[in-house]
Amino acid sequence: MAGAKEIRTQIKSIKNTQKITKAMEMVAASKMRKAQDRMRASRPYAEKMKNVVAHMGKAHPEYRHPYLIERPAKRIGLIVISTDRGLCGGLNINLFKRTVAAMKQWRDQQLEIDVAVIGTKAMSFFKRLGGNVVAEAPHLGDMPKLEDLIGSVKVMLDAYDKGEIDRLYLANNVFVNTMTQSPEVEQLLPVIGDDSDKQIAHHWDYIYEPDAKQVMDGLLMRYIESLVYQGLVENIACEMAARMVAMKAASDNAGNLIDELQLVYNKARQAAITQELSEIVSGAAAV
Amino acid sequence: MAMTLHVDIVSAEAEIFSGTANMVFAPAEMGEVGIAPRHTPLLTRLKPGEVRVQMEGKDEQFFYVSGGILEIQPHVVTVLADTALRAKDLDEAQALRTKERAEKAIADKVGDFDYAKAQAELAEAVAQLHAIQRMRKQTKR
Repeated sequence: MAGAKEIRTQIKSIKNTQKITKAMEMVAASKMRKAQDRMRASRPYAEKMKNVVAHMGKAHPEYRHPYLIERPAKRIGLIVISTDRGLCGGLNINLFKRTVAAMKQWRDQQLEIDVAVIGTKAMSFFKRLGGNVVAEAPHLGDMPKLEDLIGSVKVMLDAYDKGEIDRLYLANNVFVNTMTQSPEVEQLLPVIGDDSDKQIAHHWDYIYEPDAKQVMDGLLMRYIESLVYQGLVENIACEMAARMVAMKAASDNAGNLIDELQLVYNKARQAAITQELSEIVSGAAAV
Repeated sequence: MAMTLHVDIVSAEAEIFSGTANMVFAPAEMGEVGIAPRHTPLLTRLKPGEVRVQMEGKDEQFFYVSGGILEIQPHVVTVLADTALRAKDLDEAQALRTKERAEKAIADKVGDFDYAKAQAELAEAVAQLHAIQRMRKQTKR
């Protein structure tokens, strides 16, 4: 019979693991709530920005910004947002699968791809895959600042300005609810016009100070940055939700394992006692 | 009824203020502007400075912005405030830094990435071992 002592140590070690996963679950749950709050807090900015950009599209300005003009694509820029840490289920893997599928589609159309990565997981993935990585922003933490993103976004926007890339996409996880996160690849540039706001159809235009070009440059740059920031914050909420679910499953599995082992342990103990008794009895009989 | 303006002050990281006001003053790039209701549509950049919102009840609220964009519609004023200190060369430096990091990461054969690779190799080896064990079990039977 397997030693009762060994089973006991095994149970103990699984219990320790369970304690850790339980703690991680709770930490992830509270962090998720905060991340969701941040997600909500950054939404008005992106929405207001979207409104202004939509107004601008309606306003027929004398100057058409390159970010609003579609041009034939030869090379594509892709910003991939991943987590910094693992233990969050299939979150990153699903995103990478979705990204690779999109990349394959572009490759089939003879398009080349430049990648900017946010988060260490994406970096190591593209390092293994061998993509053309032009910018990296790892270790942004749970409370990222817009500041941390400016660099990576600017690399891509500069490339777009110079005509090195003709389209810019963003790949991140979208927070549906705690149980569901869906990986998505979405186009950032050129900005796709939104025709939902039909109220202001008549001709009018802003007064631009100092001039249309400078204002629009600043505005569209911030617009793209805010979209990427929104994506990042959303991805963090996804990470926490996924980790919470994964850790809950791990704790449950550990519980099942402990129950099974406890049964085996009890049997082993019982067998040992029976054996000892029969030995004593037979010993006494022999005397 | 007195005419009012709807004012929204938002930054990328949080909503700062939302409400109605009689008048708004903002530090536009070409000089401070005062915005009364039914102002003509205007789009301008902001300098670092103070946005003053004159509330309906005559009291004023102050917000510091380090820059941003100001959008004016006849009855809606939107301040898209920056949270980060921005300047062309600062942004440039940030961009350079991320580029360098990517280049270094690709050139760097040791460190973080060997770890990831080793992990993948380990997973493969474990899977192979499992397969071998399973085969042995089957042949034994």
